[in-house]
Parts: sequence; C-alpha cells; structure tokens
Amino acid sequence: MRGVVKRFGETLALDGVDLTVPTGSVYGLLGPNGAGKTTSVRVLTTLLTPDAGEARIDGIDVVADPHAVRRRIGLTGQYAAVEERLTARENLDYVGRLFHLPRSRVKQRATDLLERFDLADAADRVVKGFSGGMRRRLDIAMSLIAEPSVLFLDEPTTGLDPRSRLGMWDVISELAADGTTVLLTTQYLEEADRLAEQIVVIDHGRVIAEGTPEQLKSRIGGAMLSVRIARPENRERALGALSPLCTGQVEVSPDDVAFSAPIIAGDGVVPGVIRALDDAGVDVLDVEVRKPSLDDVFLVLTGHTAGSEEES
Amino acid sequence: MTSRVMWMLRDSWVEAERHLRIIPRNIELLIFAAIQPIMFLVLFVYVFGGSIVIPGFDDYDQFLMPGIFAQTLVFGSAFTGIGLADDLQKGLVDRLRSLPMSRSAVIVGRTVSDLVRNLFTFAVMIAVALAIGFRFTGGAWNAVAATVLLVLFSYALSWVQAIIGLSVTSVEAANSAGFIWMFPLTFVSSAFVDPSTMPGWLRTVADANPFTLVTDAARALYNGNPVGNDAWWSLAWSVGLIAVFSALATRKFSRSTSG
Repeated sequence: MRGVVKRFGETLALDGVDLTVPTGSVYGLLGPNGAGKTTSVRVLTTLLTPDAGEARIDGIDVVADPHAVRRRIGLTGQYAAVEERLTARENLDYVGRLFHLPRSRVKQRATDLLERFDLADAADRVVKGFSGGMRRRLDIAMSLIAEPSVLFLDEPTTGLDPRSRLGMWDVISELAADGTTVLLTTQYLEEADRLAEQIVVIDHGRVIAEGTPEQLKSRIGGAMLSVRIARPENRERALGALSPLCTGQVEVSPDDVAFSAPIIAGDGVVPGVIRALDDAGVDVLDVEVRKPSLDDVFLVLTGHTAGSEEES
Repeated sequence: MTSRVMWMLRDSWVEAERHLRIIPRNIELLIFAAIQPIMFLVLFVYVFGGSIVIPGFDDYDQFLMPGIFAQTLVFGSAFTGIGLADDLQKGLVDRLRSLPMSRSAVIVGRTVSDLVRNLFTFAVMIAVALAIGFRFTGGAWNAVAATVLLVLFSYALSWVQAIIGLSVTSVEAANSAGFIWMFPLTFVSSAFVDPSTMPGWLRTVADANPFTLVTDAARALYNGNPVGNDAWWSLAWSVGLIAVFSALATRKFSRSTSG
C-alpha cells in the first residue's frame, strides 16, 4: 500500500498511508477509533476504491484487478459476518462454493476447519445459538476456506469477553505459526504486542510509527509516570526535575499541574521522583507509575491523547 | 462472456439456496406469511363485498379477488429489501463483496428465493379464494397467464426494493421504507374499486398507475373478459422495471458497505 488517500466528503480518512506487509507474518495495524484502520482494510480488500495512491496484494493491483485480489484474500470484519440461520457447516459450504472450489474440496476443508477451530461438536447446529466467541471462530474459518494468501482480521476481539479474547489470541497465534500472512487491526496495545511481529500505528489517516513491539515499547518507555503538583507556578521547576528521570517528552496539562511521561519502571522509581521534586522545591500531591495504555502511546507519539483531537 | 454468465447463474443459485434452505426451518414465519393474505382476502370479501357494486361485474368477489392477489404479491416484494438490509447490517454484504463472486448474484439469488416464497403465499391464497367462491371463469390457461403477469410485476418491484434495502441503515427502516409506498401504489388503483368513482385528480393518478394496468390485465384474464393490449403493456412495464432497476441495484450493491 503506497500513498493511499481516501476521502469521505470533507473527512480525510486516509492521508497517504504506506504499508508493506511481509509474507508469512502477523502485522498489527494499531490506532484509536476513526484512525483509518478499517478504511485501510477496506481499500486492501477491494471494498473501497482509493482516491489516490496504489495498493497491491501479491503484486496484484486492487483497483485494476479486484477479482484476482478477492481470490487471494480472506476478510473477517468487525461484525461476525455469518448467516445465523444456517449451521456452521452450511456456512462454510456456502462461502466455499462462492469461491468456486470443487464440492469435495469444500467438504474436506469444512471438516478440517471445524475441527481446528473447535467447532466440530457444534458443526450441525444453527449458528443463531452460538456464543460471540464461537461466531468469531466460525467467521475466521469461513475466511480461511479457500486458503487465502492474506487474511484480514479487523478488530477480531472487539466485543468479546476476556475468555473468548484469550481463545481468539490462541487461534491467531496458531495461524501465524502455520505461516498465514495476517493483517490484524486492533485498538488494544496488548493484543498487538502479543500477536504481531511488526506494528504500524496510525492516527488521523497517517502512519505515525512503525516497528516491532519492542521498538515501539522502547519509544514509549516501560511505564508511564503521572505526577500532580500543588502550584502551577512550579511548572518549570517540576519539568526540570522530571525530565532527566524520564525516557521521553514530558507532557504538561493545560492547567500546569499534571505531568506525564514515559519512564523505566523499577525499584526506587517513585521515591526517586519524589526526592527530585522535593529537592527542586516542588510540592507533590500525587505520584503514580503504571503500565502504558494505548492513550499513553498516542500521547508520546503524537502529543495528544487518542480522543482529544476530535473535540478541539 | 459465457463463463461470466455461468458464474453469475451458479453464484445466484448458491445465494438462492441459502435463503430457500431456511424457509422450511422457519415454520412460524411461513404460517404468518400465509395468514396475512388470507386475512385480507376474507376481510375484504366479507366486509366490503356486500356493499360495493362494480359496473360490468355481477359479482364483486370476481372483481375484488384478483385485486387482492395482485396486492399480496406486490407486498411480498418488500421482503427483498428487508433481507438485503439485514445482510448489510450484519456485515455479510462486506464479506460477500470481498469474495470472487458475481456482483449481481447476491440480489438475483435473493429476488429469486423471494419469488419462490411469494409463489407459496399465492398458492395458499388461491386455495382459500376457491374455497370462498372464486372461479377461474376464463379457463386454466388464462389463469396461468394472469398469474405470470402478477408474479412478474412483483418480481420487478423486488429490484426496486433491493435498492431501498441497500440505501437504508437498518432493518427497521427497510421495513418502513419498503412498505409505505405500497399502500398508495395498491389503493390508488383499480384493485379494489373502479377508479371512475374517485375524485378527478386521484382518478388520473390511478389510471396512470402501472399497478392498475397489471391488475386490469390479470382480472380480465382470470374472468375471461377481453384483455386488449393491457397484458402486453403490463409485460412491458415489468421487463422495463427489471432492466432499469437490476442495473441500478447491482451498482448500488457494489458500493454498499456496513457503517
């Protein structure tokens, strides 16, 4: 995907996105709601035509030859797109036939996939009674029926309970182990961290960071430090005391009393911070060290939180 | 080219089969689909039947029932839009559009399976009509010709409904939007009364309504009255609607995504 631009009326959904997914890897597309993750997936899966730029799957242009692209991809969207009035096996049979696979092959693949996704016992039950996790597993199985060279998973765990989410992670890890190329979008840093070998962070339709989870984490730091001070006039002194301790830019709230920054977590961090502030003559109200959230990633990478830009 | 047509037909059949497979599993829906037209038939015949006189018809029932057949079949077309809106809302349309299948097959399969369901409803209705005194006085072949005209017109409207279903954002909206225009379409027509009794402006509308044309043609054939060119004109309307709206609906489908 190179320089892809997509506009919806006034909104610029994709503002020149470059993306290269190596074969056989799990690639994480990370970003907040409305960042352009789904739009990217829709361009790559031929559902949307880009306004500019080009996108290729296995070297085939998605605009010039969408039909050939569709034969090579599997798509699992944000909704479990299953026919809930049919059984699990019938759903697989239905999609397999729409891929124009031979009947015997569809049958064999369906049996294998039902087994592999732990749906063999429920194979001949109508999907309507399935749990959210079972629907998702069936949904992914349907996307895999024609052995696609790229599988698109658009927020595969959104809306799942924690247990189903863990189950889904196992499924995706197994796919990766088998060498399937997976493009995974997610809002959850933890999910991308756990599953993806390579992560791209997008925001406002632009790629803002790219790397392995370790590389990104090192940019973010191991943990996030939050400090509240009593008097805003101490802003500069607090900044002076905190900056040497932190691994990145220290962000200050508009009222000049709250500070946050990435920091290396470890013993003695909190006392160290308090001592430094105390030495600088700053009254401290609150010090907290916690694991970075996705918001922190965005704070560090873009200087604003995931949601705040939309309001301003 | 031929292979593209073959693919389209095959994909359409897979789609139609998806819907047809479900019909026998949903007995409740089938029962209610049959009850509604029976209710219409019985209510209209017994409530209005005694008080309306149509010039040229000794028996109002023979005038009325073909009108109800026509209305019921036309109402049945709304299921196409509702079904497509449901597919769209559930994300199934996104999945289908990402498959290497024919673009028009999803709607062809849907309209054809709705046609089959409509025929079932029609058969039940005919049985009830015969039981309460309706007679095919025009003979069997004319009755078949009349039925073909009605079913074809309903099929044509299925394509109009497809566009509505793909344009709205929820199944509920598809339900309202699909049915609301059916009322003026079927009532401002010759289905229940002679349009010459309507106020002048309304009569103009009723006379121009293609539904009037189709109903008149079918009614004449069922009753063995001279049909004139009405049959050809109603055939032309149906074919024309299918040609225009199948192209528009397929285009709409190729651009639709959920959310």
